[in-house]
Parts: sequence; C-alpha cells; structure tokens
Amino acid sequence: MTFVADIIAATFRNATPLVYGSVGETYTERAGILNLGIEGTMYAGAFFGFAIAYHAEAAGAGPAAPWVGLLGAILVGLMAGALMGLLTVSFGANQHVSGLGLTIVLIGVSEFANRLVFPDTTLVRIEPMPLLDPLAGLGELGTVANQYGLTYLAFLVIVPLAWYVLGRTPLGLSIRAVGENPEAADVAGIDVFRIRYVALMIGGAFMAVGGAFITLAMLGTFTLDIIAGRGWVVIALVIFGRWRIFRGVLGALVFAALFSLGLRLRITPGFEDIPNEIMLALPYVVVIVALALSGRNVPYPGAYLKAYRRS
Amino acid sequence: MTLEARRAAESRLGRGSIIAVGAVITVLAVTGGAFVIAGASPLEAYYAYFIEPLTREFTFLSVLTKATPLLFAGAAVAIAFRAGYWNIGAEGQLLMGAVAAAGIGQVVEGWPAFVVLPIMVAAGALAGAAWALAPALLRVRMGIDEVVTTLLLNPVALLLVQALLHGPWADPETGFPESPRIAEPAEFPGLATFLTFLGTSRLHIGFVVALVIIGVAWWVLTRTATGLRVRAVGLSPHGARFVGIKVERTLLRVALVSGAIAGVAGVSEVAGIQFRLTEGVSPGFGYTGIVVAMLGGLTMPGVVVAGLLLGDLGVGAQTAGRSLQIPSQLGEVVQGTLLLVIIAAVAIYRWRSSREEERPADEGEPPPDEPEGLPPAERSPT
Repeated sequence: MTFVADIIAATFRNATPLVYGSVGETYTERAGILNLGIEGTMYAGAFFGFAIAYHAEAAGAGPAAPWVGLLGAILVGLMAGALMGLLTVSFGANQHVSGLGLTIVLIGVSEFANRLVFPDTTLVRIEPMPLLDPLAGLGELGTVANQYGLTYLAFLVIVPLAWYVLGRTPLGLSIRAVGENPEAADVAGIDVFRIRYVALMIGGAFMAVGGAFITLAMLGTFTLDIIAGRGWVVIALVIFGRWRIFRGVLGALVFAALFSLGLRLRITPGFEDIPNEIMLALPYVVVIVALALSGRNVPYPGAYLKAYRRS
Repeated sequence: MTLEARRAAESRLGRGSIIAVGAVITVLAVTGGAFVIAGASPLEAYYAYFIEPLTREFTFLSVLTKATPLLFAGAAVAIAFRAGYWNIGAEGQLLMGAVAAAGIGQVVEGWPAFVVLPIMVAAGALAGAAWALAPALLRVRMGIDEVVTTLLLNPVALLLVQALLHGPWADPETGFPESPRIAEPAEFPGLATFLTFLGTSRLHIGFVVALVIIGVAWWVLTRTATGLRVRAVGLSPHGARFVGIKVERTLLRVALVSGAIAGVAGVSEVAGIQFRLTEGVSPGFGYTGIVVAMLGGLTMPGVVVAGLLLGDLGVGAQTAGRSLQIPSQLGEVVQGTLLLVIIAAVAIYRWRSSREEERPADEGEPPPDEPEGLPPAERSPT
C-alpha cells in the first residue's frame, strides 16, 4: 500500500509544473496562438525565481524568500508573454518560429545570467517551500496529502478558477472569441490585439510558475536543463486535452503517474533490469499514441496559428 | 515597368531599408546591452565574436568545423519548411544517425574505408529518415500536427542514446557512458590528410559532404520539377492539389529527405569529431538548424551563409569566454536574438507591403519564400 500511496503522492507533485504549464498554454492557444516559447518561459521562471529567492534569502527574507522568488518568476512570465505578443500579435510573425526563438533566447539568457549571478561552481541552495501535511498521522492518506502549497493551489484553486474564467466570464468569452473568429470578435467590439496580449501574458505567468515550482519547492536549487522537455510535453497535453482545462489536467496526471512509476520502479526489487530510460521515454510515446488515436477530428481553435490583421 | 509600379518598387525598397536598419539597431542594442552587463566593451566583444575567429588560420578552420553540423541541420530543416512541413525533430533524427554510425563503426575493424564510409552515411540517412517516418505518416494520413510529434520524439531519441550508453555500450570496466571508439576505417578522413597546408585542423570530409548535399538540394529545389512541386506545396497546398500535385506524397518524401540529411549530420559528428557516441554528441544542433534555416531565408545559399555565420559565432563565443571573460552562453542569446529580430523584420515588411499593394495593379509576384504555418483546416488530406 505504501507503494501505491508513494506513487500517488509523487504523481501530484510531478504533475504540478505540467498543470500550471497546461493551464497557461490552454489560455494562449484558445486565443489562437501556439506558444512554443513555453519551454523557455518555464526555464526562465525556474532560474529567475530561484535567483531572486536566493538574494531575498541572503537579504534576510527568511521563509518568505521563495515567495518573493515566485513573484519574480511571475513577472518574468508576464514579460515573456508580452514579447511573444509583440512578435506574433503586433508583427504577425510565424508562430512556430517565434516560439522556438523565444525558447532559445530565454534559455540562453537564463544560463548566461546563471553564470553571472553564480560564478562559482559550488552548488547554491535556498530553503525550499515547505511541504504541507494536513492529514499527518492518517497513514497512506497522510502520505498522499503531504504536498507543497503550490500543488494544493494548482489543483484546488487555479484549475477550477481558470476553467471558470475561460468558460463562464466575459474575459474568457473574449479569449475564445479572438481564437475562434477574430474578425467576428472585432466586429463585436472586442479588441483582438489586447485580448491576445492578455491571454499570452496570463499564460506566460502560469508557465513561469510551473518552472519556478521545480526550483523553489521541489529542489531548492537550480541546475542546467532543469525543465528537460516538460514544456514540449505540455504542448502535447493541451492538444490531447482538446483545449479544455480539465482534460489537460487529466493528461498531466496520467503523464506524471507514468513518470513517477518509472522513477519508483528503478528502486523496486525485480524491476532494476528494465532500463530506466525506457520508462522515462514511455510517457512521450503514450502522448504520441494518444494523439494518433484521437485521430483527425481534433477541433483546433478556428484561428489557430493565424495572425490577425485589420483590413 | 509603369511609373506606378516603379514608384511602388521604390517605396518598397525604402521601406525595406528602414526595416533593415531598425533590425540591425535592435540586434546591436540587445546584444550590446548583454555585453555591457557581462562587463565587456561591446565593440571588443563584437570583434571577438564575429571577426577574430576569421583572422587566424586555425580558428578559421574551427569555424568551418563548427559550421559542419549546422549546415547539415540547416539544410534538413530548410527543405522541410520550404514544403510547409514543420519538422522540429532534426535533433532526434540527428541522434539516430549518430547511433547508426557508432553502431556500424564498432564492427568494421579491418574493412576498407571506401566501403565503410558510404555504408555509414547511408545507414545514418536511413536511421534519420526512419525516425522522421512516424510523424510524417501521422501528418499525411491522419492530419496530426507534425510540430508536436517531431518535437516529442527528440527527448525519446536522447533517452534511447542514454539507454545505449548506460547499458550495452557502456565501458565494460568503468561503466562510463561512452560507446567504444569506432574502428579506424570508420573515421571520416580529416581534410588535412589531403591538403597538408591545413595543419592540425580537425576539419573533415563531413564539411565537403554537407556542401555537396546543399548543392544537390539547391539544384533540385530551384531547377527541377520535383523542386517546383515542393515549393508549390509549401506556398499553397490547395493550389498545388488543384494543379494535380500529390501533396501527401510530396510531404512524405520531403519529411524523409529532411530526416535523412539530419541523420547524416549525426554520422558526421560521430565519424568526424567524437569518434564515439556520447550523450553530448549534439548540443542542440537540430534546434540551431532551425535558426540557420530561418536566417538563410529557407534557401540553400542562405543556409550556407547562415551556417558559417553561426559557426563563426560559436567559435567566437568560446574564445571570448576565455579572453574577455564573457560567459559563452551569451552566444545562444545572440543567436536567438538574431532569429527573433529577423523574423519580426520579415513579418513587418510583408505586412506593410501587402497593405500598400492590395490594389489590382499588384505586380502579381508570388509571396516571398517563407511558407506560413497552415491552419489545420488546410491540413487534412481531403
């Protein structure tokens, strides 16, 4: 039973960055913009969140330091979203290449800043965000509930709220409208450019939080290649989830469950002989197979990949 | 040329140069700012990044060596993008080519090199094409976005490499994750063996192979019916289908050729530089290939220029890291900035032009080279 509880607990933990990322990417794609800058945005959120938290800690912020870092990460995410907006909304540049370019720049900037801020090769750490343990003493249930605050926030607040805002509020309607049919939205008096910027910036902030969760909560430090393709996984999850918040979260949980199982089997007697890499590759393959099975009837947003120009 | 057309052309030229100047200023401001933050004088840094590598023979040859994988990857990406097939998977395809080269290289001790080398190149091309096959089939048969599938196969390829290096190919004594060294006939001859004046440079025949492939690709794209079909599919799949081009077959072939060229890049790195498979055999060459292809305007001559430029930048970033204490990661920033500014400039230019020329008096010239991403509606093979 502990085995199962461990896996479930790890699943929620490993799903958290993917959940923030997929909420963010869902917002940008619903507004009609495929943001391949997500990998870089998560990376920059992870690095700058950590670097700011480190300096806040050094300045005596104590347990508040990771939260200061989180605010910094959010700011970085907003800026990354705005930059993507400048390229794809204002200039109407190709979305694939803009996003990949943004990722290259943000990873480059993060690693460059990393060398400047932490010139020594010794490992620098912060005191990470604490684990919450509301059900301690309840055995397996306690193990599962032993999670970071940001994980609780993601599943209990952000996901329902993001779903509500996107599906049930005027802002959400505007976002969906500019992603589905920008011409009609424009005629209806919606500022297409502004709404797309808003969606990209909200999305960027969530992506950055997803990255920062890894440095500020899970690890308490920053290492190179820390995002390791999670952003690309999110891109797939969002399509797999057909641009619906809850389906995307479900995908994130399935992916994280496979991932956690893979990590756990590594230290489980009888399974050491399965190459760990095969288990780690499995989730990617599952996502591709899922895309293949969902077939050709994927309901892409109407204005997906299309820049809007007023004529 | 009518007066009106000439006026339009002149204003386009003026607009183009304004945008170009704006682009250069933006790149200089962003990168110059980064150099200042790193505590270096921007002028010195630019010199170190772009000019200095070209001034000495040894570093100049390093530039060519460094550019070799970028030329392969850039050509692979440019061919695919030209047809509107968004192959983001050159990285994984390159890794599979590297695996094939390392695998064959281990078992050919004593064979003649003129037999081994073509086999390795062919095997690498096959491996790269095989890795590109599944996304291509999913795209043409089921209309599934190849951006996501090609992208997701990159980490899978890297994990496969790691599985090999930590498993069957690990050093049997130390367990170090490196494949055994490839046999001597499997090594790409260094160009210095033919051209002794090249001294101790590591420049190898991979560079020549890359140029030959690019030359052939240029000829096919610009001078043959096949190339015309590829470009037509990239410009307008609907139009291409209307004139009887088999769009799906064209896309599938382009995807496989693109994967094959990326695979040869992997062979070239293993057989020409590393002589074994390592986890770091590709520090993102497949992604840099996208930068090369875009900077080169998706044309083959452009790929050569952009590949050499980024090779120059790569060598410059390394030497400047030592001589000026600028973290070499700044090279990536410069690279990415160049890419973003150039695609922004192209987008602005095209937007302004289309705005002004939305009259029937339009000269009727086809839109510029870069194919735009296709909305999914146009992708399903109906």
